[in-house]
Amino acid sequence: MSFSPILISLKTASLAILITFILGIFTAYIVVSIKSKGLKMVIDGILTMPLVLPPTVIGFMLLAIFGVNRPIGRLLLDFLGVKIVFSWTATVIAAIVISFPLMYRAARGAFEQVDETLIMAARTIGLNEWKIFWKIMMPLALPGVLSGGILSFARGLGEFGATAMIAGNIAGKTQTLPMAIYSEVAAGNMETARGYVWVVLTLSFFVVVSMNYFSVKRFDKSKSNASERLMEGEEWA
Amino acid sequence: MGLMIDIKKQYKDFTLEVNFDNRGSRLGIIGASGSGKSMLLKCLAGIITPDEGKIILNGRPLFDSVQGINVKPQRRKIGYLFQNYALFPHMTVAENIGIGLPKADKDQMAKILKIMDRFHLTALSEKYPRQISGGQQQRVALARCMILEPEILLLDEPFSALDDHLKDHLQKEVMDYLSDFNGDVVLVSHSRDEIYRMSDSLMVMEHGKSSFMGTTHEAFKSPKYKYVAKLTGCKNFSDLEDDGTFYFAKSWGLQYPKTQFLDVPKYLGIRAHDFIVHHELIEMPSNRLLRGKVLRTVEDIFELTFYIKPLHPSVSEDAEVVFKIAKSKWENRKIPDALILEIPLEHLIPLYA
Repeated sequence: MSFSPILISLKTASLAILITFILGIFTAYIVVSIKSKGLKMVIDGILTMPLVLPPTVIGFMLLAIFGVNRPIGRLLLDFLGVKIVFSWTATVIAAIVISFPLMYRAARGAFEQVDETLIMAARTIGLNEWKIFWKIMMPLALPGVLSGGILSFARGLGEFGATAMIAGNIAGKTQTLPMAIYSEVAAGNMETARGYVWVVLTLSFFVVVSMNYFSVKRFDKSKSNASERLMEGEEWA
Repeated sequence: MGLMIDIKKQYKDFTLEVNFDNRGSRLGIIGASGSGKSMLLKCLAGIITPDEGKIILNGRPLFDSVQGINVKPQRRKIGYLFQNYALFPHMTVAENIGIGLPKADKDQMAKILKIMDRFHLTALSEKYPRQISGGQQQRVALARCMILEPEILLLDEPFSALDDHLKDHLQKEVMDYLSDFNGDVVLVSHSRDEIYRMSDSLMVMEHGKSSFMGTTHEAFKSPKYKYVAKLTGCKNFSDLEDDGTFYFAKSWGLQYPKTQFLDVPKYLGIRAHDFIVHHELIEMPSNRLLRGKVLRTVEDIFELTFYIKPLHPSVSEDAEVVFKIAKSKWENRKIPDALILEIPLEHLIPLYA
């Protein structure tokens, strides 16, 4: 068992989640503030597509964008000398695209759960939109946003189909854990594959447990006023 | 000076059409839920943009559809006390109160301390909203508005989220805190007690339309319109039929000479408390006595309510009169099958629409 797939997977998933996290929050904030319901539905539909499409379809579309014979791929190659296809960058791009909908939807849900009157109140006491986002929306949506981030991280870690198509399965370069498991099984090395499977199982277990930890925290926040007051022996008026 | 508003706003099949001019008085707005009260406050605060019209506060235009003015809520200097107080749950009392102050304000801390002292919140400054009672939360919300020295204060159903036994106490308390506030106050409520106690002048809202009624006490004493009478708690109404020289009150079976009224009322009203009950037969002009069969009674802690069917033959089947009497006055009598109620003429309310 080589450590390279583990390192590649962790590196890929970490960089991907960094970008997905910010992109997802930003997109969610924009979509939440769209006023037209129809437009909101259409944009939400487009942004959610990678979640429902087979990853190979996403892989196909990514090839259609970044392939060296396609306009964007050509442009990147000619002017920046960057070849995306079959590079490590491609694993990151695949992970971002596939995990983005999870992050975006979690953040959107968390933002929409923030009581609208709090935002109105914040406006009437003079807070600008920037301050409202950082001081009111983000702190209140944080548990949901974080658990979305963890879920996206896990999804990025497990990405296979789109990665296979755009990044290939180059050992030491683009071979992530799921790729390595596939290759080892195909070659009949069940022992090595089992080792990787244990690594994935352990990582995923920690991810799920930490997600539960954040959702429990969210529950604490909404604990009923009355019971807490009684417990703390507060006066009523 | 004061608040001038004349706006229109269409939302689905609901139209808000409000027009009033308030000069430094405490304006109470009463109306059933869904009458557009909260929408009006949100238009004032700039949270909802009206379709057309203007809003002018102390000579400063906040909204003017013709001139294209629409001041942001942040710059309107309007204090808005939300029904659920809208305190930020992740901030302490002190943070909630101070967050609206501009960062550049050097006296920030001093101001927060001063206002917490005035609203008796100093001991709670490090508590979170969920750790304090409803009444305390309301004081925090009020302090958060008042620290910014607003030109006008909007109170949206301020006591509806509180327990009954707290309401009376807190109404007085809020009045005390507001006693040195010079700006206009607009109080929105569906509770007539609240409006009666806390406002100087009254506006009634129905289906998005506003009508100014003058001073609150006068409007409660002699409402001119049936829907106003209803909102002020009047329970008994009768259509009037013109019989030539008489008006015939159809739901009660009673006749009144036309000369008794200065103008031409369409309905008569009488409050459930204003009847006088007679336990034996009494000599009196027949149009002052209403005989009725007791349909059912409801017993409250201090009060008895009778639902009575007037006995006059021309009264329709479903006519019902509500009569309320303090239990102390009823003196433990048995509930009779029929009652004789006197309608004192001075308590008859002529209604014009």
